[in-house]
Amino acid sequence: MSETEHTFTTRGLTKVYGSGEAAVHALRGVDLEIPKGEIVVLLGPSGSGKSTLLNIVGGLDRATDGEAFFEGQNLTAMSDRDLTRYRRDHVGFVFQFYNLMPSLTARENVELVTEIAEDPMDASEALRLVGLTERMDHFPAQMSGGEQQRVAIARAIAKKPTVLFCDEPTGALDSATGRAVLHVLNDVNAKLGATVMIVTHAAATAGMAHRVIHFADGAIRSVETNAHRLSPDEIKW
Amino acid sequence: MSPLNRKLLRDLWRIKGQAGAIALVVAVGVSLLVMMAGMLSSLKETRAAYYERYRLSDVVAPVTRAPLSLLERLAQIPGVAAVEGRIFGGALVDMPGQAIPIRASAVSLPTHRAPRLNDLYLKQGRMLVPGRTEEVIVLDSFAKAHDLMLGDTLTATMNGARRSFRIVGFAMAPEFLFTTAPGEFVPDDARFAVLWMNEDALAAAFDLKGAFNEALLSVERGAMPEAVLDAVDAIVDRYGGQGAYLREDHMSDRFISEEISGLQATSVVVPPIFMGVAAFLLNIVITRMVQAEREQIGLIKAFGYSDFEVGFHYFKMVLVIAVAGAAFGCVLGLWGGRAMAGVYQTVYHFPFLVFQISPASFVTGVGVSVLAASAGGLFVLRRVFRLTPAVAMRPPAPMDFSRSGALNQRLKSWLDQPSRMVIRRVMRNPGRIFGAVLGVAVGMGLSSAQLSIMLGFDETLDLTFGVIDRSDVSVSFFEPMPAAAVNAMKHLPGVVEVEPTRAVGAVLRNGLHSYRGSVTGLTPGASLSRAVDNDMNDIPMPETGIVLAKALADILEIGPGDMLEIEVLEGRRPVLQVPVASIAETLLGAPAFMHMQSLNHEMREWGRVSVVYLRVDSAQLPALYAELKAMPSVAGVTQREDARAAMQKLMDTGAGAMRYVMAAIAGIITFGIVYNAARIAYGEQARDLASLRVIGFTRAETAFVLLGELAIVILLALPLGVGIGYALSFLIAAGFSTDLYQIPTTFRPDAFGTATAAVVLAALVSGWLVRRDIDKVDLVATLKTRE
Repeated sequence: MSETEHTFTTRGLTKVYGSGEAAVHALRGVDLEIPKGEIVVLLGPSGSGKSTLLNIVGGLDRATDGEAFFEGQNLTAMSDRDLTRYRRDHVGFVFQFYNLMPSLTARENVELVTEIAEDPMDASEALRLVGLTERMDHFPAQMSGGEQQRVAIARAIAKKPTVLFCDEPTGALDSATGRAVLHVLNDVNAKLGATVMIVTHAAATAGMAHRVIHFADGAIRSVETNAHRLSPDEIKW
Repeated sequence: MSPLNRKLLRDLWRIKGQAGAIALVVAVGVSLLVMMAGMLSSLKETRAAYYERYRLSDVVAPVTRAPLSLLERLAQIPGVAAVEGRIFGGALVDMPGQAIPIRASAVSLPTHRAPRLNDLYLKQGRMLVPGRTEEVIVLDSFAKAHDLMLGDTLTATMNGARRSFRIVGFAMAPEFLFTTAPGEFVPDDARFAVLWMNEDALAAAFDLKGAFNEALLSVERGAMPEAVLDAVDAIVDRYGGQGAYLREDHMSDRFISEEISGLQATSVVVPPIFMGVAAFLLNIVITRMVQAEREQIGLIKAFGYSDFEVGFHYFKMVLVIAVAGAAFGCVLGLWGGRAMAGVYQTVYHFPFLVFQISPASFVTGVGVSVLAASAGGLFVLRRVFRLTPAVAMRPPAPMDFSRSGALNQRLKSWLDQPSRMVIRRVMRNPGRIFGAVLGVAVGMGLSSAQLSIMLGFDETLDLTFGVIDRSDVSVSFFEPMPAAAVNAMKHLPGVVEVEPTRAVGAVLRNGLHSYRGSVTGLTPGASLSRAVDNDMNDIPMPETGIVLAKALADILEIGPGDMLEIEVLEGRRPVLQVPVASIAETLLGAPAFMHMQSLNHEMREWGRVSVVYLRVDSAQLPALYAELKAMPSVAGVTQREDARAAMQKLMDTGAGAMRYVMAAIAGIITFGIVYNAARIAYGEQARDLASLRVIGFTRAETAFVLLGELAIVILLALPLGVGIGYALSFLIAAGFSTDLYQIPTTFRPDAFGTATAAVVLAALVSGWLVRRDIDKVDLVATLKTRE
């Protein structure tokens, strides 16, 4: 497969925090290929490097060494301005703590992104996809945690992203709400064809992935593909 | 040390930048308070001590000629403690190498004893030897200005006779703290001399053997000087009494009093502003801190610390900052006060300085700053009390903006999302925004008011010497001269134009209201010494009646058509009844004008002139001065340029110099508030801003969300600042203005323009500084923290 058929390809990706004796090796030469349109779950204990990888391929952080490609473009060689452009046009983020703008309503939080994206879907359409049609004009303070997270997902998918990054998306949610969120992620992948990368502690989530990557000590320990994917409803919480 | 106190110290260290900045604002406020209080009390104490030690008289009664025996009658007036008679005359000193003759006062000293009143402080040399009529003691400041040495010879013209004297001593005296020639009100060490001479010598010069022409009286403790005044006037009336006056009407004392009240005005207005600003900043910083430390607060409470203990912990932080600032301010104020007092000592020619800083000002300074800071901190403590351990342990709920949604529909049509964020933040926190607006506006008001005043001073100069006095040289006479003598001046070398005026010293009365000043008689169409109104137009001189300045009419509570009583203080001292012809808005001071002929007519002294204004060919000035020096009737010659320079110097020293300090401090404060507002907005929104960056907003777009709020604050603050500045400029000008010179307070677009530019510049610099932080922000770390 050529690099353009993968969403991401990395070669010897290395990230070192600090220097000398205090240096922490967060990533130790990671080689990885992530095919388009898959749901990929990154598993591993804290400090194993999975979030660091997500941040680098998400254009939030820079590698110390090695290369990372997005559809053939070298992310590690991009300027700050290009990375901003990259995030703006191709990437959607979903975080553990939602990171909504408290001063904007649900719809406005989504419009924040649709205003600057090239070919976005309608903000209300995005909110419909996450099942929040009724709550569009509420402010974050008036919503539950699960609702806020679904707004965050709507915000992330409204631009029709090529790739959706989720860092512990269900970490702050109870099981029912968490399942609903996973459903939404599943739908986004199925309906929009977006590659979805999920970092999580919850090993059970791996059941719904096409591909599961296990991290330990800054390196990939194993990669497995699921022959049979579970629906979020079948996942044991 | 308890763990909480250790936390306090570490927290303080962590916010040392902001804490330091706030402490500095407190320090500036306290130091101004301490410094001004110190200067005020030093000035007052020194003056009082100087007056008492050298027995400055309470009442001065100038007469034409009175026998020495009259002194006993004066001494018998109830309430009079001591009486001294002396000879006080005018002289012109001829300094070698100086074309222009210098005015001087000649003062007699008793022959075999020290003066009972108005003693002098001999700075160098010795007292006069009785009988030696050629000896003089010279005013120290004049001697310094001309590098005179003991033993030098001095030539002076007195009563028309030219004589040489030998200098035996240099002295200072409490009645000459502020040295102005009679009739002038701008002090200039080099252009005014005092010569102390033996009684006999001066009596011979002024033909006053066995007589005196000035009685000095001191009043017993508890006696009313005003009552003494009337009794003195009654006794000396038939000896050509020119109206006894009190110490506070003496030019020298009046100047110091004006200076003191100017200082007092500033010290009341300015320090509270600094305290307010400090309280505001403390409130914001501590609020921010409590918000950030909710979890820690919850934890501490969960451990079993009481609300009070936790609250007091944060209150201590406020206290530490306030007290540290106040302590530093006291040191700063002590140092500044000492330095300023030193300046005052030289400006006012005090032989010694009672430097006194009242402990009260320290107590007030520290107390006020702690109170102000507490007021700022108390609002925050309420929040601490309200936090329950459980609530504090959860991350804060998103700030609720639902109530600001009312404007939603109207806003939506024309605002993009980032603009909505800015607007909603502003509407969500109107109090906080208003605080920032007020802070910036007050800072700006303070600077623009100071600038306004500064420009006002300069304008006063320009008006006085560009519009009102357009002569090259003015000549005053000892006695009013007949017009013929004035016409003769046209033939003096270099004289191009001659303009006579008549000035009469008088007390103006309307019922119970009175004002001691003068009436100026002008010729119609006068062009060298003019009466002009607010619009720079000549005030027409009516054929009869008097024109009063608005300020004067207000003091006297008199209007057009009313009769004004003019109690003339010279010559035969007539009391005139003159109708008020009109009230004019004058540019400066509180003058009263009459048509010269009309004034002379009322005085029954036709064709008399007291001051002549000349336009002169500058090439011939030396020849002109040489002629003027030889004229016995000439009391003084003033070159306009010298007068202007002296006035400029006066305005740049003492209280005048304070305005530069104030303007600088106001500028710093404005910048401090603007910068702090930007910093805090950044602190509160760091997470939102990082999210925007992550979503794909560029740095510029992100900066818009942050700086939009700052821009709104500045836009709102500018007009408010102009308003506050306008009001403050009146307040400060009123403090600085005196009867002697007034500071015009007009709306000055240039001052406000400069202040506006300064605020905008401060905002740009602050914005740039904070934007650098946006550029440096660690996106990952910000998103991981829970606020």
